Amino acid sequence: MAAVIPDPLDHHHHHTPSGLMRWLTTTNHKDIGTMYLIFSFVMFLSGGVMALTIRAELFQPGLQVVQPEFFNQLTTMHGLVMVFGAIMPAFVGFANWQIPLMIGASDMAFARMNNWSFWLLPPAAILLLGSFFVPGGATAAGWTLYAPLSVQMGMGMDFAIFAIHIMGLSSIMGAINIVVTILNMRAPGMTMMKMPLFCWTWLITAYLLIAVMPVLAGAVTMILTDRHFGTSFFNAAGGGDPVMYQHIFWFFGHPEVYIMILPAFGIVSQIIPAFARKPLFGYASMVYATASIAILSFVVWAHHMFTTGMPATGQLFFMYATMLIAVPTGVKVFNWVATMWRGSLSFEPPMLWATGFIFVFTMGGFTGLICAIAPIDIQVQDTYYVVAHFHYVLVAGSLFALFAGAYYWLPKWTGHMPSERLGKLHFWCSLVFFNVTFFPMHFLGLAGMPRRIPDYALQFADFNALASVGAFGFGLSQLIFLAAVVKCVRGGKPAPAKPWDGAEGLEWTVPSPAPYHTFEDAPLVK
Amino acid sequence: MHTLMLVICLVIFVGVFGVMFWAVIHHRRSRGAVAANFHENTTVEIAWTVIPVLILLGMAWPATKTVIAMKDTSEADITIKATGYQWKWGYDYLQGEGEGIRLLSSLSTPRNQIEGAAAKGDNYLLEVDNPVVVPVGKKVRVLLTANDVIHSWWVPAFGVKQDAIPGFIRDSWFKADKEGVYRGNCAELCGRDHGFMPIEVHVVSAEKYAAWVAEHKEKAAGAAADEAREWSMAELMTRGEQVFGTICAACHQANGKGLPPTFPPLDGSQVVLGDKAGQIDIVLHGRPNTAMAPFGGALSDADVAAVITYTRNSWGNHTGEAVQPAEVKAGRNKS
Repeated sequence: MAAVIPDPLDHHHHHTPSGLMRWLTTTNHKDIGTMYLIFSFVMFLSGGVMALTIRAELFQPGLQVVQPEFFNQLTTMHGLVMVFGAIMPAFVGFANWQIPLMIGASDMAFARMNNWSFWLLPPAAILLLGSFFVPGGATAAGWTLYAPLSVQMGMGMDFAIFAIHIMGLSSIMGAINIVVTILNMRAPGMTMMKMPLFCWTWLITAYLLIAVMPVLAGAVTMILTDRHFGTSFFNAAGGGDPVMYQHIFWFFGHPEVYIMILPAFGIVSQIIPAFARKPLFGYASMVYATASIAILSFVVWAHHMFTTGMPATGQLFFMYATMLIAVPTGVKVFNWVATMWRGSLSFEPPMLWATGFIFVFTMGGFTGLICAIAPIDIQVQDTYYVVAHFHYVLVAGSLFALFAGAYYWLPKWTGHMPSERLGKLHFWCSLVFFNVTFFPMHFLGLAGMPRRIPDYALQFADFNALASVGAFGFGLSQLIFLAAVVKCVRGGKPAPAKPWDGAEGLEWTVPSPAPYHTFEDAPLVK
Repeated sequence: MHTLMLVICLVIFVGVFGVMFWAVIHHRRSRGAVAANFHENTTVEIAWTVIPVLILLGMAWPATKTVIAMKDTSEADITIKATGYQWKWGYDYLQGEGEGIRLLSSLSTPRNQIEGAAAKGDNYLLEVDNPVVVPVGKKVRVLLTANDVIHSWWVPAFGVKQDAIPGFIRDSWFKADKEGVYRGNCAELCGRDHGFMPIEVHVVSAEKYAAWVAEHKEKAAGAAADEAREWSMAELMTRGEQVFGTICAACHQANGKGLPPTFPPLDGSQVVLGDKAGQIDIVLHGRPNTAMAPFGGALSDADVAAVITYTRNSWGNHTGEAVQPAEVKAGRNKS
């Protein structure tokens, strides 16, 4: 272990610039990982402010806070910012920090490309957020940017299209880097089936990214040419088809939701065994389940489009394929629970978040199954039921797992133990307010409230008021996380190399905080 | 249907989390639990793959039957075409009793209720000026299309939600077994006033329906006679102001300034101040690849003539020219 302490390696960074230039020119996976995480948290907060403005408007019927035009910009940008700015980069940040540490590699395979794929993101974010200030405002076509509505939009739409191009480029480069790192740079003796599950889920996610990001880029480029160069991809009058946009978009969009959840499965699969002090139940079946979810994700896209009016056979095919996804997902949940069964459990913040994840994510899974049933979906499509469903899987799924992972690996990143008190407070506040916000939305949807409306009929007033109260509570709870992280970076109980006694993996063999360069000499895995 | 699925989900939910919370409570280290070391059991793993598949098959069967029934739009008594506009619905009765009736149905909730200046009524945001009327117990087939962007016609009580797609026609059906007023909303984001284009369907007895049809036919006949004659400037301006308010003002604004860049101003516009035929052509047939949709289908010759006259003689526009329905008719025939 002494061999990885940085002293003998000084010759490696005597030319490392300091200050701003260090961060601009860094090719170190830990620096880049940190920047990804900070970037995604900033985007998370800005997307959160938009969400709270939306909830403030919906607190009461009538128009009080914002006008419909701006309201639509907010819902659209909230979605784009959270998906492309917060959740996806956060997972890439985890991958950057953890994958080399977990497979015993000295860095990512393409270190310079790694720098470039991060530094593409801030300009994209400026383009996206800056579109609020151009004439006509930001795009208001919904995060799905359905044509022909998106063809009508002002200049903000073009900004969003270019931002998506750049972020897609960044994602593709990040994904290629992860695939090559995992395939080529594993320590001797670490076979694929010995790899930590987090690396497995990211490997599969990276393949999904490479497969579908170009599809999205193609879809928005077609909108761009429809807007400015007289093409008619999505205009029936010119021989196009508006529904074709939806097919292309959701061919990207459905794998995209798994891009946002598979790494979360990976994080949870690291944490549960660590705090149950028992190996993960059914490692091999977890790998197969992840792969089957990824493959199935390519044949279910049209379940987002049951109301566009497809033939009965089409509806049935997509309904059956979607229901099938419940099987591998169920296997995963069963495996986690079986890992906990007869373990020796303790509930530090990472484990609390991971357990909370399983609980709330599964609720999202069940509403997902309900939505898969085509006749029910036709009724709940584009209502608050769907809003509730995808927030249960995206917030309670991806975001909770991100928090779990952050508390789990913070000791390794900072060298200090995060405050257990703040971590627990953060968890309980988030869990309670999350459910107060989103659970009533199921009822709103079933009662007939459409989504993306700035004002609503009177019978929806009570649940909306409740959801708004919960949303503000949830938003404020996230400041506790900020406080916990800042506190942890500044100081706190020093963390040993392996702060969690049940944790397994190479990352716990290096000191905390992890030195600037690790695994110069590849460790041997038995 | 939803209830059945929900019960199945609840049973699984309780089962799985029963196990998890049992583990959470009883296998805590603080209680001195020692970790067992099992991590694989092929039998259990196969079982919890196969059993969910069987449960899903049980769920898929009733769902399949429902899908097929929902798709059966044959042998309808009445066929109505609903057209989505930004932001209102148009209805054409195409077949069955009432054939030929046309309605334009937009939100009737007053602006001051939305802005909070007046108390909100019971049907706040769910009321329209011209509701759809259908007879009770008859199978009604709804054809859907749109004029500008995608809308979605949704009446929850009928279980109908069908996207209205510009340039394409989709269909759905419903049969109301009880008289009454059924309300719904547009369910696909369609721009600024997406939340303000409700659907109101009145289901009435066969006799009342016949009376309503007769009344409508009479009005329509009167209107048709009106079309052909020569209109005075004042008449055109009054009618034009009204048409402009319900159709055009949503985008071009009551003050004619529009909402650039998507919705250009009409005040001082080259099109409005230019050649009459050019403006008639744009109003009738729209402008491809812009937000300007064709209105030739929704508006009568007199409506188009009146609204063009109004735009040419309002705000800062003073052409002094009147457009007659006959000129619009000529414009229609040209294409």
